[in-house]
Amino acid sequence: MLLNSDGVRAPYAEYQKWFSQEDAARLTRKSKEAEAFFRRTGITFNVYGQAAAQERLIPFDLIPRIISNREWTKLSKGIAQRVRAINAFLHDIYHRQEILRAGIVPVELISRNEAFLPQMIGVTPPGRVYTHIVGTDIVRTGEDDFFVLEDNARTPSGVSYMLENRETMLHMFPELFSQIKVQPVSDYPKNLRRSLAACAPENCGGKPTVAILTPGIHNSAYFEHSFLADQMGVELVEGHDLRVVDGHIAMRTTEGYQVIDVLYRRVDDDYLDPLNFKPESMLGVPGIMDVYRAGNITIANAPGTGIADDKAIYSYMPDIVEFYTGEKAILKNVQTWRCSEADALKYVLDNLADLVVKEVHGSGGYGMLVGPAASKKELASFAAKLRRNPSNYIAQPTLSLSTVPIFAKKGLAPRHVDLRPFVQVSPNGMNITPGGLTRVALKAGSLVVNSSQGGGTKDTWVLED
Amino acid sequence: MLGKTAGGLYWMFRFLERSENTARLVEAGFRIALTRSSDPASEWKSVVTTAGVRTNYDAKYDSYSAASVVDFLLRDTTNPSSVISAMEKARTNARMVRTALTTEVWEAVNESWMRLKDVLKPPVKETALPEILGEIRRHCALVRGAMQGTMLRNDIYDFTQIGTALERADNTARIIDVKYYTLLPSASFVGSALDNVQWETILRSVSAHRSFRWLNNDEMTPATVAEFLILDSRFPRSLSFCSRNLEDNLNFLAKDYGVRLPCHDMIDAQRDKLRHHTITSIFDEGLHQFITEFISDNNAIGQQIEKDYRFIG
Repeated sequence: MLLNSDGVRAPYAEYQKWFSQEDAARLTRKSKEAEAFFRRTGITFNVYGQAAAQERLIPFDLIPRIISNREWTKLSKGIAQRVRAINAFLHDIYHRQEILRAGIVPVELISRNEAFLPQMIGVTPPGRVYTHIVGTDIVRTGEDDFFVLEDNARTPSGVSYMLENRETMLHMFPELFSQIKVQPVSDYPKNLRRSLAACAPENCGGKPTVAILTPGIHNSAYFEHSFLADQMGVELVEGHDLRVVDGHIAMRTTEGYQVIDVLYRRVDDDYLDPLNFKPESMLGVPGIMDVYRAGNITIANAPGTGIADDKAIYSYMPDIVEFYTGEKAILKNVQTWRCSEADALKYVLDNLADLVVKEVHGSGGYGMLVGPAASKKELASFAAKLRRNPSNYIAQPTLSLSTVPIFAKKGLAPRHVDLRPFVQVSPNGMNITPGGLTRVALKAGSLVVNSSQGGGTKDTWVLED
Repeated sequence: MLGKTAGGLYWMFRFLERSENTARLVEAGFRIALTRSSDPASEWKSVVTTAGVRTNYDAKYDSYSAASVVDFLLRDTTNPSSVISAMEKARTNARMVRTALTTEVWEAVNESWMRLKDVLKPPVKETALPEILGEIRRHCALVRGAMQGTMLRNDIYDFTQIGTALERADNTARIIDVKYYTLLPSASFVGSALDNVQWETILRSVSAHRSFRWLNNDEMTPATVAEFLILDSRFPRSLSFCSRNLEDNLNFLAKDYGVRLPCHDMIDAQRDKLRHHTITSIFDEGLHQFITEFISDNNAIGQQIEKDYRFIG
């Protein structure tokens, strides 16, 4: 299945059998059908700054990415370990800060970090869960060589594509799923609701009310917010639907105000509360931080969680994992140069053409430099930016990422991919959905998989062995 | 249910109804403009007036021609009541309240919007007009059908019905309001060709020319036409029918939520008024005044509903 000379990788064997008997014309037709299906169901995302193409589809590739149960078991162990460490790290950072005292993470990295929220000092969310939903970005360079690229512990998105991609595949190729045993992903919304309900404040009497907070229909991920609310059977609220009533957060319903116990917010920290953070924010709820600190609402993920998935902190993750779990990190980190350090900066500037440089707080593939793909002019202007504000950047080598096949115009073609499995955390434990979102760089040779930069997605199969 | 969601459902269905009504107005206008006995410019003008967009139209055009009126009412995005604008708003509201809709309803409205956007992209040729108007009506019927067939009969459904009933009543009342003079017994020359065309147009603009004949043995007089449009409880676009529909759905909400609100008293008052009138008493009181009052009551009820059910904070 892989176009390498070493033939078909084992997990793909069954699929390959099916594929080799398929007619290319039928698959091309199916591929078009999938697009029409996505348009009709409205699975779109908004691209900022493009009025004409306000709602765009993420291209979907119909060849699944297949992972064996053995590979998955190892991967999920590694992810669980990492997520445990992240929650422990967050509790520590907002309480005794043992890890700083131990000199493992430098103090300035926390104290001068925008993602660190002083308002969170001393706050302990129910069950000590700070990051309730995590989407760890994984890449692979070879058999069993998994690297974590990003931890995405604040507000990971993309889970709706994981679910819809599977629905689409089931719809298009039902016969495949009777031939090949693939672990289901469809329980994600139901499990998420349970997981979040289990994180309700201790003083919540009765069945907790969960709601999703969205910035509104113009947000790039609005489809996902409404999709999740629908699948979970919870209300989708905006800031102006909410207010503080008797020390609780309540939503305005047709019958008056109703208290919310757990708010799964898809609004960034800065915009969450105009009284406590950005005063001009129209997206948040004035006073929600005070309600939160009083223990009358659970916010998922907790404010201030970004301190754990910041790209500068990332480079310390192996030490962080070891510090809190007493174990070696199962998943590897990509080598990272912190441009805030003079030696590292020098190395990065000298080798810019071979490196990937990212903003410490960036996301969505915006503001990053892919050295090997950049022109001389781009390199020079990026170098200037780097010199002006070195601590805003980290750099990583371009890995020789593994590829998987896509269904291209001229038949199968290899493309680079990453994988974002989704983790739910509650006091009752951790739940990692077998699969995740596989993002694929559709341009030959490209390493950038972000949907905002023209990447596509695939269904991700974890086999039942 | 969130107040915002109730508002979104209400407006989604108001806009859906509006785009259908506008298409129907254009259709009736198109027909009457084709008859030799009429004055096309004045007919198109009354179409624009009925659609409630006179001010906007006059700001853009100096005269009333078929091409400019059709363009303005169907595909002009600067006209907030054009079919394309109304569809866009219906779809935006549907996106906002998507969690309250079944997949079928959402897909129907999304598909309709995509299709009409395509169809109305190039200027509408006169030869293509009947087909395009038909397409608009078919898509509105698609959404309504999906709703009838798949939605739970709960408060969500009630708010969609309330939006539809209010918009529809407003539309029928405005048609009567603009054309009331042709319905006045004194002003009409009973049986004259002109009046017949005018009444026929009115009936066509509410898709009722066939059902009227069916029910009235083709006895077309001002009184029978006006009675049909205002008081006939069998006709789904009459004021009486819409008003009863509104009353029913508001009562469902009252029962469901266990509380009666000011909007319930207002609809009761409107129902009483309609029940106690005959077409003779309406003519005696003054048709124009009756209709003007109805439109203003209808608007007031709509505003009270928005307040009572907390559509906005």
